[in-house]
Amino acid sequence: MALKIERITKRFGTVSAVREVSLTVEKGEFMALLGPSGSGKTTLLRVVGGLELPEEGTLSFDGHDLTHVPARERRAGFVFQHYALFKHMTVAQNIAFGLDVRPMGKRLARREVNQRVEALLNRMQLEGLGKRYPSQLSGGQRQRVALARALAIEPLMLLLDEPFGALDAKVRKDLRQWLRALHDETKLTTIMVTHDQEEALALADRVAVMNEGRIEQVGRPRELIEKPASAFVREFLGTDGEGI
Amino acid sequence: MTKPTRKFRYPTKDSAPVRIALTLAGVAYIALFLLTPLIAVFAEALRNGAAAFLAAVTEKDALAAMWLTLTVAAIAVPLNTIFGLAAAWSVAKFDFWGKSVLITLIDLPFSVSPVISGLVYVLLFGAQGYLGPLLDELGIKVIFTVTGLVLATVFVTFPFVARELIPLMQEQGVAEEEAALSLGASGWQMFWRVTLPNVRWGLLYGILLCNARAMGEFGAVSVVSGHIRGLTNTMPLHVEILYNEYNFAAAFAVASILALLALVTLVLKSALEWRYGDEIAAAHRH
Ligand SMILES: Nc1ncnc2c1ncn2[C@@H]1O[C@H](COP(=O)(O)OP(=O)(O)OP(=O)(O)O)[C@@H](O)[C@H]1O
Ligand SMILES: [Mg+2]
Repeated sequence: MALKIERITKRFGTVSAVREVSLTVEKGEFMALLGPSGSGKTTLLRVVGGLELPEEGTLSFDGHDLTHVPARERRAGFVFQHYALFKHMTVAQNIAFGLDVRPMGKRLARREVNQRVEALLNRMQLEGLGKRYPSQLSGGQRQRVALARALAIEPLMLLLDEPFGALDAKVRKDLRQWLRALHDETKLTTIMVTHDQEEALALADRVAVMNEGRIEQVGRPRELIEKPASAFVREFLGTDGEGI
Repeated sequence: MTKPTRKFRYPTKDSAPVRIALTLAGVAYIALFLLTPLIAVFAEALRNGAAAFLAAVTEKDALAAMWLTLTVAAIAVPLNTIFGLAAAWSVAKFDFWGKSVLITLIDLPFSVSPVISGLVYVLLFGAQGYLGPLLDELGIKVIFTVTGLVLATVFVTFPFVARELIPLMQEQGVAEEEAALSLGASGWQMFWRVTLPNVRWGLLYGILLCNARAMGEFGAVSVVSGHIRGLTNTMPLHVEILYNEYNFAAAFAVASILALLALVTLVLKSALEWRYGDEIAAAHRH
C-alpha cells in the first residue's frame, strides 16, 4: 500500500543523482528525506512528483503504477523550495489555479472555487490576503500560499522541497509545529526534503538519510540516533547546527 | 572645532561646470543629428502648404504604397511573433543538441547587410535562380511580387521578438511551468496561463520593434521589389522614387508619414520601458 519507490535510478549525463533507491512511505505517514547538499534529495522528490523521468525503477501508489504517469495526472501536491508562485496572479488566483485548469467536465462552479479558496486562506492563516500579489507577501506567507495552492487540488500526497529553507530560524520553528498539526489533521502521505537534521527528527514519523544518491538508512528518529547503520549516519546526525 | 570648508562631493559626480558643458554638448549633438533632420522632413513636407501635402499623401500610388507597407507588416509581424515565441521558448526552456547554432542563426539577419539578404533571395527565387525554374513550373512568382517583399521582410525582422524573449525566458526558468504541470495544467494551459503572461510586456516590446523595422525596411525590400509603381512599392521605396524624380515635396510628404510612424513607435516604446522596464529584457533597456 501507499507510495512504493523501487530501485529508482536517475542520471544527468554521467552523474548519477539517485542510485537504485527503494523506499516505501505508508499511507498518512510523514517521511523526511535528509542528507547533505547534492545527495539527490530534490531529484528523488522530483521523480516522485513526475517532474523527472527515472532511467530505471518503478513507482506505485496504492498499487497503481505511476512510473509513466505524467506530472499533471499524479495529483502530487508539490511545494517548491523557492515557492514558484505565479507572480502575475493574486494569491487567490494562485490557489485556485489547480481548480481552474481542470478538464471541462470536472470543473467546479465559480462560487464553489471561491468558497474553497476562502476556506484554504482561513486555514493557512492568510485571511484578507487573497487580493495581494506574491511580491507583496513575507517569506512565511508565500510558503503558506504555496502550500494552500498544493492542497487545493486535493492531492494524494504532499511533496515538500526544503519548505522552510528560505526562512529565518524563528519563523521556521513556528511553521514547523504548524505543518505537523496540518499533517495530523489532513493525514496526507507526505515527503519532506531537508538538510536540517534537527528539523527532520523533530517533525517526521520516519527519516530516510541520503548520501551520494543512496539511502543509507530509514527509521524512526530514535532508531537513527540510537542505532545508526553507518558512520555517515552517525556523523551526519551527530553534528548539531547545520549538517552540511 | 571648525567645520571643513570644502563641500563634500560624490566621487562619481563631476563639478558643476563640467557637468553643464557635457550636458550642453550632448543636447547640441542630439539636436544637430537627430532633431534637425526630423524637423526638416516635416518642414519640407509642408513647404507648399497643407493642401499640397494632402494631395501628395492621398495620390493613388502613395496610397498604394501605404497599403502595401501595412499589408507586408500585417503578414510579417504575426509570423515573426509566432516563430520568435517558438524559437525563444525552445532555446530558453530546453537543452538540445545544436542549440548554440540555433542562437547564432537567429541573429544572422542582424549581422548580414539587408541588401545582401535581398540579393540572396533573388539568387534563390529569381528567374535565373536555383529555385526559379521549379517555382516557375508551379506558377509561383517570388521576385518582383508581394510574396518576395513579405519573405524579405520576414527574414530581416526575424530576430526582434526572439531576441527580446530569450533572455527574459531564460531568467525566469521553468519553476512556474513545473508548478503549473504538477497542479494539473496541460501544456497548452501552462503556455497561455503562465508562460505567456510572464513575458507579455517583453513580447509587446519585441513586436513593436519588429513592426517598426518591417515598415521602415529599405535595403532587402528594394532588391526584391522591382519598383513597380502601385504594385510592389512600399512606402520607403516610394519615397526614393519620388525623390529621384525631383518631386521633393511629395517625397517628403510620404516620408513625414513614415517619420510620424516612427515617433508613435518611440512613444509607445518609452511608455513600455518606463512602466515595465524590469519585465523587458535588459539587453534593450536604455
Ligand atoms: N538538471 C540537472 N542537470 C544536471 N545535474 C543535476 C541536475 N539536477 C541535479 N543534478 C545533480 O544531481 C545531484 C543531486 O542533486 P539534487 O538537487 O537532487 O541534490 P539535493 O540533495 O537536493 O541538494 P541540495 O540540498 O543542495 O538541494 C547533484 O550532483 C546535482 O549536481
Ligand atoms: Mg535540493
